[in-house]
Amino acid sequence: MNWGWVASNSHQIMAALLQHIQLVGLALLFGFLIAFPLALLAVRWPRLYGPSLAVTGVMFTIPSLALFILLMPFTGLSMATSLIGLTLYTLLILFRNIVQGLRGVSPSVREAARALGYTPARRLFAVELPIALPVIVAGIRIAAVTIIGMVTVTALIGQGGLGQLFITGFTLSFATPLVIGFVLSVVLAVAVDLALVGILYWLTPWQRGVR
Amino acid sequence: MNSDFMTLIAGVIDWFSQPMNWQGPGSIPEHVLEHVTYVVISTLIGAAIALPIGIGLGHSGRGGLMAINISNIGRAIPAFGVIILVFLLAGFGVIPVIVALVALAIPPMVTNSFVGMREVDPAVRQAAVALGMTGWQRLWQVELPIAMPLIMAGVRTSAVQVMSTATLAAYVGLGGLGRYLIDGLAVRDLSQVLVGAILVAVLAIVTELLLAGVQRLITAKGLQ
Repeated sequence: MNWGWVASNSHQIMAALLQHIQLVGLALLFGFLIAFPLALLAVRWPRLYGPSLAVTGVMFTIPSLALFILLMPFTGLSMATSLIGLTLYTLLILFRNIVQGLRGVSPSVREAARALGYTPARRLFAVELPIALPVIVAGIRIAAVTIIGMVTVTALIGQGGLGQLFITGFTLSFATPLVIGFVLSVVLAVAVDLALVGILYWLTPWQRGVR
Repeated sequence: MNSDFMTLIAGVIDWFSQPMNWQGPGSIPEHVLEHVTYVVISTLIGAAIALPIGIGLGHSGRGGLMAINISNIGRAIPAFGVIILVFLLAGFGVIPVIVALVALAIPPMVTNSFVGMREVDPAVRQAAVALGMTGWQRLWQVELPIAMPLIMAGVRTSAVQVMSTATLAAYVGLGGLGRYLIDGLAVRDLSQVLVGAILVAVLAIVTELLLAGVQRLITAKGLQ
């Protein structure tokens, strides 16, 4: 480790970290905004679920690197290229977990809500979503941690957040930037994961103490 | 854009129909073989490490938190970084790629085998004890067969992830199907990139089907 390099390049390291967080945050946000309505449709019309799952399964076999490169003719070396690719991968994980979570709501609970005169929208937001929350948050955790690692690959198409430090280390044959990028991305993943666990704990007071 | 797309597809078809792409060094069969070699070695080493951990912890019922932590932190490790880091430390060769892919393969197998073992119905477990079965007998004859579908689900997830990440081997000068992606990127030849993507996707689907077949073979008849 060469701490001198770290000190003199702290600006570049911060910028890479910030871009990393930005890419992950935006990809999760867009992924959720798309996956949520799709999941509602798939729960409402179960016939849609099988085909959606098949498509997502095949999508997962496409190497992320290939997906990023193939998006380049449309969006160039811009941030959009890596953002679209990352969003697609979050979509697959989020969609599956939101559907599973909503399906796990017991029919008797649903009927009880209806019997109490809840409108469908209120039933969804006040009853079904809270019950489905642990499974949905589990999906967000997997998606977040997975794409925090995946962002680094987009360094090969000129983005990459902390992945830029990997490229720097490789071209200079110099381990310091690599170790920094590596440690920061693992720490980021663990921090985000713990934060999500904390948010879930805070949002689901009725689950505390239940095991 | 439409004509671009046609050119791209024509390029892919052209690539697959060139005889020189099917024979000798740098040909499709050679890259497929290299790729499959990385994947098989890494998945096997990963399984040899992960399955005993997950199955052991699940069987004893202890260390659940540890299993989940291993898998969470493991998932956070960027494979791209591991490859380059080990490359700088160990030099050119397959070791960087194998290390990165093994690290990638372990978490899903640990979690799934742990969960699979824990989900064995306690009543079944107790029945086995009541029949006077020893710990090993219960493990091999009762718990493992019941947990097998979930264990295999973990193996399949790992294998498919390793398959698509093995493309990064090309970045540190090795072969495999990533050559088409990295070389295609370098010369902006998207047809070549698409060729690589198609081949990896096909290999991943074949792997899924093969492992599904293996799963059917080793799952007890009564549990299918």
